Amino acid sequence: MLQGIAQQIVSGLATGGIYASLALALVLIYSAMQLINFAQGEMAMFTTFIAWSLLQAGLNYWIAFLLAVLIAFVGGVVVERVVIRPVEHAPPLTIVMVTLGLLAIFNGLAGMIWQYVVKTFPSPFPAQPISVAGVVLSLQDLGVIAISLIVLVLLFLFFRYTRLGLAMRAAALYPESSRLLGVRVSWMLAIGWGLAAAVGAVSGMLVAPIVFLEPNMMQGIIIYAFAAAVVGGIESPLGAVLGGLLIGVMLNLIGTYVGFIGNELRLAVGLAVIVGVLVVRPAGLFGRRQVRRV
Amino acid sequence: MPLLELTNVTAQYGPVRVLHGISLAVDDGQIVALLGANGAGKTTTLRAISGTVRRDGQISFQGRSLNRLAAEEIARAGVAHVPQGRGTMSQLTVWDNLRMGAYARRDRARIKQDYERVLAAFPALAGRRQQLAGTLSGGEQQMLAIARALMSRPRLLLMDEPSLGLAPLVVRSIFQLVRYINKEDGVAVLVVEQNAALALAASDHAYVLEVGRIAVSGKSNELQREESVRRSYLGY
Repeated sequence: MLQGIAQQIVSGLATGGIYASLALALVLIYSAMQLINFAQGEMAMFTTFIAWSLLQAGLNYWIAFLLAVLIAFVGGVVVERVVIRPVEHAPPLTIVMVTLGLLAIFNGLAGMIWQYVVKTFPSPFPAQPISVAGVVLSLQDLGVIAISLIVLVLLFLFFRYTRLGLAMRAAALYPESSRLLGVRVSWMLAIGWGLAAAVGAVSGMLVAPIVFLEPNMMQGIIIYAFAAAVVGGIESPLGAVLGGLLIGVMLNLIGTYVGFIGNELRLAVGLAVIVGVLVVRPAGLFGRRQVRRV
Repeated sequence: MPLLELTNVTAQYGPVRVLHGISLAVDDGQIVALLGANGAGKTTTLRAISGTVRRDGQISFQGRSLNRLAAEEIARAGVAHVPQGRGTMSQLTVWDNLRMGAYARRDRARIKQDYERVLAAFPALAGRRQQLAGTLSGGEQQMLAIARALMSRPRLLLMDEPSLGLAPLVVRSIFQLVRYINKEDGVAVLVVEQNAALALAASDHAYVLEVGRIAVSGKSNELQREESVRRSYLGY
């Protein structure tokens, strides 16, 4: 029983890591522009298809992986410059509609280019399980957890220690002051979109082997990512990560041990979490900390 | 040729025109004070220079027109603006605030020297590098704002009411610092100030604004002596 629970927790952490990556992408854009990019999941799906095409062309998995991340970054920058920038100062609802439009466009484009036939996407990790202290773990799960962690650490180091990362934080929090210091704030937003798309692409490529590759594959995942971001307090990257892991583990445990929910009602649980958190603790678990002078 | 020259500059917020044709000049290495009552357009004049308000007329800096440049490009051209309220990035550390000051520079080696120089000139900041800037006192935040502006190695420093909300003693040490920076680096300073006596004492040249126009200008020490100017425009 205990070993079973441990197994479920680890595999929950793996799916949670995927939710966390996508949630992180949402948070990156939200912190910069107070905007939810509803197309984040579809952008991730689209780049996963690009990775699939690269693999079909015979590229090594990791080279295709890195290339797809790079293409996603450039694509994210381009989307911001071309589609978002003209409506940058429009009311929030307008921009939300634009991102919903992007969602439909990427979904339709993917269907047009790659068809709606379900495809298999390879996993770089071996399928066979290993046993640690009597607990059977799949290498697939451990690999996914590892990649999610690497992404998080890289992002953390980028924002904490690099000049560009610092400028992006400053531009998001204090656009006026940043401009007076020579920061090209508008470009910082574009780079933010690029990073978000790159992080989203990772989540797409990690989830594709599990849910199979097709144009609608992210539509369930994005709900869990929303839930993760909301649980963590939509502006907190660390919160999004912990929220993602929490939801991954929770859904797995509930799905396995609460008989009547099973797999069919998982999505409903995700939505219930969003509503529940917003009612009880609107700022999420890690809502923005206010600095007070003492 | 002056370092900064404004010719017939107008500025407006939406339909409301605030500056009605201002002309002024700041020479290299000079400290110039911009005086006037509330609502005279002092802050707007600085914002017109740094490109943070819609403006018209001629603004040239080192012989180059600033009219069509965005605020971030004007900053990169060597104009540092310490805005009213100091523009403190309160949720970043003191150190990160200083790093942001040097953001637009590429000369790594000299940036390093400048950190040390600035921390030596502002010892109050040196011990608080890892503290969030929002937790500093008002005077320390003003010092941080100036230190951050200096990290960009500007040719011209625009300062908006550095004395606002600060104790007289703190104000005096800030003005001393401004003079020191001016002497040491040859940075020209255009300072907006409510406290006319203080500003005249610290500056070489002064302009008095009255509802969007220049009413009086002259050498600071001469303006200081002129009874009529003092009484009608400066109120002391």
